[in-house]
Amino acid sequence: MDKDIHLYQQLYTIRCFENLLMDQFSSGIFPGTTHTCLGQEANAVGVLSHLCEQDVVVSNHRCHGHFLAYGGDPVALFAELMGKPSGVCGGVGGSQHLHWQNFYSNGVQGGTVAMATGMALAEKRAGTQAIVIDFLGDGTLGEGIVYECLNMASLWAAPILYVLENNHIAQTTPVDLALAGSITKRFEAFNISASHLDSSDILEIYPLAGELVDKVRKESRPHVLIIESARLGSHSKGDDTRHPEELDRLWRSRDPVAIQTARLSEAALRSVNCQVEAAIQSAFEAALAVESRRG
Amino acid sequence: MMAQRPATVLDSLNLGLRQALEADSRVILLGEDILSPYGGAYKVSRGLSKAFPDQVLTTPISEAGITGIAGGMALRSMRPVVEIMFGDFTTLIADQVINHIAKFNRMYNGQVTAPVVIRTPMGGHRGYGPTHSQTLDKLFLGVPGLTVLAPINLSGADPLGVPGRLLYDSITKANSPVLFIENKLQYLMKLLTPTDLGEFDMADLSPAGSGRYPFYKFALKAAPPARITLAAYGYMAALALEAVQQLAYEHEVFCELLVPSLLAPFELAPIIQSVKGTTRLLTIEEGTLTSGWGAEVLAITAAALGPGLQRTGRLAAQDSVIPVAPELEAACLPDTADIINQVREMVRRT
Repeated sequence: MDKDIHLYQQLYTIRCFENLLMDQFSSGIFPGTTHTCLGQEANAVGVLSHLCEQDVVVSNHRCHGHFLAYGGDPVALFAELMGKPSGVCGGVGGSQHLHWQNFYSNGVQGGTVAMATGMALAEKRAGTQAIVIDFLGDGTLGEGIVYECLNMASLWAAPILYVLENNHIAQTTPVDLALAGSITKRFEAFNISASHLDSSDILEIYPLAGELVDKVRKESRPHVLIIESARLGSHSKGDDTRHPEELDRLWRSRDPVAIQTARLSEAALRSVNCQVEAAIQSAFEAALAVESRRG
Repeated sequence: MMAQRPATVLDSLNLGLRQALEADSRVILLGEDILSPYGGAYKVSRGLSKAFPDQVLTTPISEAGITGIAGGMALRSMRPVVEIMFGDFTTLIADQVINHIAKFNRMYNGQVTAPVVIRTPMGGHRGYGPTHSQTLDKLFLGVPGLTVLAPINLSGADPLGVPGRLLYDSITKANSPVLFIENKLQYLMKLLTPTDLGEFDMADLSPAGSGRYPFYKFALKAAPPARITLAAYGYMAALALEAVQQLAYEHEVFCELLVPSLLAPFELAPIIQSVKGTTRLLTIEEGTLTSGWGAEVLAITAAALGPGLQRTGRLAAQDSVIPVAPELEAACLPDTADIINQVREMVRRT
C-alpha cells in the first residue's frame, strides 16, 4: 500500500474508534469515564510506526491512540472499555490502565515516567537493544517525580525516547496558567537532548520520530521529542471549557486527519474510509456481542 | 563467604542481601549513600558495592523516583531492592507503591508481577525527633497487592538468621511487592539463640507449607495456663519477650506472646487460637495508636471470637509528634514497663 494511504488509514482508525466511543458513551454501554486523543492521532502513529518488536511503550490516561498504533486490537479495547472479561485487562483496568505485550499505561500523572525510565534501564542491563517510548503531556510537567526521573535517566543513560505531547491544555487549564519557563530547557538542564516540532502533520512527525528512535537505540541515551499538538476533543467525556471559536480554529488548522486527507485521491479516500469505518463498527459490535459478567 | 553465623540483626540482613545479590544477577540494590565504605546510614548495605559493583547503585535523594524506577525494572524481569534511609520517608514513595507497584498485578489482570522489595528502618528512641523517628507501618497495611513484613531478632535454624532469611526469600522468591520494615534499635540486637531462649517454649505456627513468613508463639516453659495473649512484631516483640519474663517472675502473671512476621495481608489464625484460651488480647506496636495495626488485629479477633474475646488493650505510641528531648520522647513511645503495667491492669480481677 502507498505510504500516504497507509498512514492515513492508521490515523483514521484511531479517529473512528474515538468518535464511536464518544457517540456511544451516552448510551451507557461504557462505564466510568474515558479520555480520547482526538487531534493527537499523528503523534501516536508517527512515533510508534518505527518500533522494533522488543521495544516498550508506556502511555498515560490518554492512551487509546497509542494502544491502537502499537498494534492493539480494537475489539479487545472496546471490550475493556465495556468492562468485559475479554477486554485487554479483563475489564479490571479500563480506559487508562492497559497492558498488552510490551504496552503499558497508567492513569496517575508522573509515575509513568518513573516506570518507563526503570524499564529502559532494565532493558539496557539485559542487553536487549530495546528502547522505551514514554508518552507524557504538558500537564505531567507539574509533577516533581518527572524531574527526579529525568535526572536519573540522564545520569544512568537510559535508552528512552520521551515524547512530550504539548496539547496546551491540562484538563481545563491552559498551559500558560500552569507552566513557567521553557519545556525544552527543562530537559536540556538534565543533559537530555531535545527535538522540537510544531505540527499535527503525520508527514512531519513520522520521519523525525524515525530518526529519533534510531538515535536513542544507537546512542543508548535519553532524548525528548516535544510535539506542539492540539487536543480537539474534551478532556474526558464532555468537559471542554474552551471557546467554540477557539476549538473551531484548532479543527481547521490542526486536524491531522484532515491534513492527510488532502493528500489522497478521492477514490483512495473513499475506499479507505469505507474499510476503516466498517472495521471499527464491526469491532464495536464484536465486543458488544461478547458475554458480560453475570451481574 | 562468611563462615561465621551472623550475630546481630544487622549482620543477618547484610548477609541476606549479599546472598541474594550472589544468587541472582537480576537483583539490584538502589538507595541513597549505600556505596562502600559508608554502606547506607545504618550500614545494612556495607561491603556490598565492593563485592557487587554492577548490582549496587547509589542514587540521588529521590525516594519517589527510585521506587518508581524499581517498579519499572521489576515489570521488565529484574528483582530490585530499594533502601529508604528513614522509614519516615516512605510518605514520599506512597504514590509509587499504592498507585503503581502494588496495583500492577491486579490492574493488568494478572499478566505481570512486580517483585520490588522496599527496605526501611522505622522507630524512635534515638533522639532524632519528629521526622526521623516515626513508625509509619500502619499507613501501608491494607494496601491491596502489597505484602508488609517485619522480622524478629531470632537466629533460628537457618545459617542466615531469621531476618536475613526473610529478606533473602522476599528478594529472590516473592512475586508481589514487599515493604520490609526494619527498626533502628533492632539492628544491633543479638539474634537470640535457643540458649538465650532456654526458658521459653517456642513454636513457629505459620501455615504448613508456606514457612516463609514465620509466626512465632512464645510461652515460659512449664508455666501455668496463660491468662493473656500479647501480640507484637519486630522490635516491640523483643521488648514483649522481656516483659513476659518479668511478668512471670515478678508478678506471677503468665502470658503467651504471638509474633507474626507477615503484617499484611492479615493472617491471624495463631493469635485467634491463643485468645480462645486466654480471652484477653493486648496488641503492642511502636506506631501511633489511632487506626493502627492493633486496631485491625483486635477487630479481626473480635469478629472471629465474639464474646470469647473478653478484654482488649492496645499499647502504642501517643498520637503525637515525637519530640527530641529524651524524657519527652520516652514518654511518647511504648517500652517494657508500659507493657508490664498494661498487662497487669488487664488481668486484674474486678
